[in-house]
Amino acid sequence: MEIVCPAGTPAALRAAVKAGAHTIYCGFADETNARNFPGLNFSREEMAEGIAFAHGHGSKVLIAINTFPRAGSESLWHAAVSDAETAGADAVILADIGLLAYAANNHPNLRRHLSVQAAAANADVINFYGSEFGVKRVVLPRVLSVPEIAAINKDTDIETEVFVFGGLCVMAEGRCSLSSYATGLSPNMNGVCSPASHVEYLEEDGHLSARLGGYTIHSVGKDEPAPYPTLCKGCFGAGDKTGHLFEDPVSLNAEQLIPQLAKAGVTALKIEGRQRSRSYVAQVVKNFRAAVDAVDAGRPLPEGMLARLSEGQAVTTGAYKKTWR
Amino acid sequence: MELTVGPNHFFWSSEDWSALYDGLASAPVDRVILGELVCSKRLPFYQDAILPAIETLIAAGKEVALTSLSLITLKRELKASMALAEVGVDVEINDLTALSHLPEGAKFSVGPLVNVYNEGTLGWLAKRGATRICLPPELPLASVAALCAAGAEAGIAIEVWGHGRIPLAISGRCYHARLHGRMKDNCLFACEDDPDGLQVDTSDGQPFLSMNGVQTLSDSCASMAHHVEALRDVGVSALRLSPQSVGFVDTCSLYRQRLNDEIDGDTLADELRRVSNGMRLSDGFLTGARGADWSGKAA
Amino acid sequence: MPLAPVSLVLTRLTRNMATRHSSMFRRLGEHDNARFLLDPTDLPVTLCLEPRQGQPKVTLHRTPPQADARIAGPLAALIGLVHGAYDGDALFFSRDLVIEGDTAAALALRNAVDDAELDIAAEIEALSGPFARPLHRLIDLAERRTGVALTRHEEDLLW
Repeated sequence: MEIVCPAGTPAALRAAVKAGAHTIYCGFADETNARNFPGLNFSREEMAEGIAFAHGHGSKVLIAINTFPRAGSESLWHAAVSDAETAGADAVILADIGLLAYAANNHPNLRRHLSVQAAAANADVINFYGSEFGVKRVVLPRVLSVPEIAAINKDTDIETEVFVFGGLCVMAEGRCSLSSYATGLSPNMNGVCSPASHVEYLEEDGHLSARLGGYTIHSVGKDEPAPYPTLCKGCFGAGDKTGHLFEDPVSLNAEQLIPQLAKAGVTALKIEGRQRSRSYVAQVVKNFRAAVDAVDAGRPLPEGMLARLSEGQAVTTGAYKKTWR
Repeated sequence: MELTVGPNHFFWSSEDWSALYDGLASAPVDRVILGELVCSKRLPFYQDAILPAIETLIAAGKEVALTSLSLITLKRELKASMALAEVGVDVEINDLTALSHLPEGAKFSVGPLVNVYNEGTLGWLAKRGATRICLPPELPLASVAALCAAGAEAGIAIEVWGHGRIPLAISGRCYHARLHGRMKDNCLFACEDDPDGLQVDTSDGQPFLSMNGVQTLSDSCASMAHHVEALRDVGVSALRLSPQSVGFVDTCSLYRQRLNDEIDGDTLADELRRVSNGMRLSDGFLTGARGADWSGKAA
Repeated sequence: MPLAPVSLVLTRLTRNMATRHSSMFRRLGEHDNARFLLDPTDLPVTLCLEPRQGQPKVTLHRTPPQADARIAGPLAALIGLVHGAYDGDALFFSRDLVIEGDTAAALALRNAVDDAELDIAAEIEALSGPFARPLHRLIDLAERRTGVALTRHEEDLLW
């Protein structure tokens, strides 16, 4: 199975390649991708250099252009697609219908992957994207169980890629306005969710409060792991209950499910984390590469060492097991 | 400008559901969208009431359309999506899957849960047969204006979210079930206790969101009370009003009065709060710094 | 120990880094005029870094001045972050590192530094002549207090 690994900077790309990633995904330093964070991503020049480096080591590079182009400014996204082809990208990862149509018509030889931001959650719509826009691979939304993924693979020839590690989105991606409701900035329009620009930490008497857009999202005591105020991971009250009503601040680790995912016909395993450091990237890739090599050789999976890198330092297998719903 | 009643997001009894459409037959609205948008488990409870409601509304001179589900994953949901076109009324797609099930050349409308952010996407949908698009609620006025211009060229009517708790996210996980320690499969229909969604507060008691099964909405009710002129100026052809359990037919009349310039934005806002027993209002997505903001006077 | 001479040297050091790692300062983008405090909680000094759009200035303080963002933690954590031995989020989750103030600016700095693949000891080596000498006293102090070596080792990164 192919390991698809994130790179937020050129240094992270090199680290990922050296750690054994088959494929790297990254974005340009503008709002055309859904990790448009301060200090992150690649200039056109850095992208061309990064792709040359990766190709020189036998790795592929995919460029994410997966936000939804703004009305009146589509040329920015069109330029990104064109520059991706010029830089030698092996594929672009797209979500917007208009942009998919544009890429298919104007850059027919540039391989197109469907982003998780398109929330394509069944074989019918996946095949539709294939026939309408020539999509060759789909990143499956993180709301499907392993049996559902197996069923989808039976009903489509389009390759599937699934997330196995990193930040977890509980809502259908590409269809969430929680962040823009609280801050005015959204993944679809601006490439950010729960943006740092609207985050405030208030430490009082060893007690830490994390707020987003003025709303208190988390409040923890002195010795508890620190929460980044991602909206859907917050602690809220409804009726007479209080708690993490939408999702616990955990992150995804589906490492133990790799054998089942292989049986379910999945082509590629995706690691989330373009906003993470090169040390995260290298450690996670080494770990998953070892796991995939073990599965290929019929050996048992190695014991994971990844707890320290996880949000809330606790992990979940997410929707892959049906008990998540 | 016209008024469209969007599909009811919440889980009501079959009686209450039918009563809504009986009431709307004589309401000053032009168009009504019915059907299940949020959770396919609810449909069996009021399925039989759908055709009678459609007939009532058509007899009253309303345009009628049937909505698809907003997140289609299960086999039975795929089948239901395929069956929509057979009913004989227009289909409103709220998940692209439903488009894949429409016969080639069929006309359809596009709901606010399909991502139409730019001219390219609008143009592609127009070529495919779309006749009307309700834009995603998070779009700012500049985008609305640009898309109205593109819509005019393509012969598509553009609608915007005019009233109601804003659908902010959809999931595979049921939050009502989770609240009660259950899962979607054994939810016991917890969402029927909350006919307008269940309010979700921050840990310091600030109202923030609301939950409705697998759907997350705003706590505040969006209202375009103060933006009718601006929307008219850029060419919006209709406001979408989303049903609520209290005072909805009155709400429709109030918006009609506003569109007729019989009342102003402040009056409309006060009246909306009155007929709903005090709901909080917002209009920040269109012109504010963020969705939760309200440009009008405080309550 | 007088801080002013060390501050001058650190400024020179940072300016040299700016020349050799120009993309690091470019990455700061709109935050390239912000004021950052790097506060090793196990040392009696705080480092104030002002990128000033590529003409950086570094000063040491016994009492931390006002700034746009503060990153505080044990020296080992801060050095490890700069060298890429540790992941910033992991340090933050475990509360080894505390970020205050302009979170976006702190994030930009962290991403810029991570990309630059800095080796502090090598940067110090590259400083020529008498300017390097006042720095050794600070380094000795730091190494004695915290047991942290300042050289980055590619292979024995702590995973």
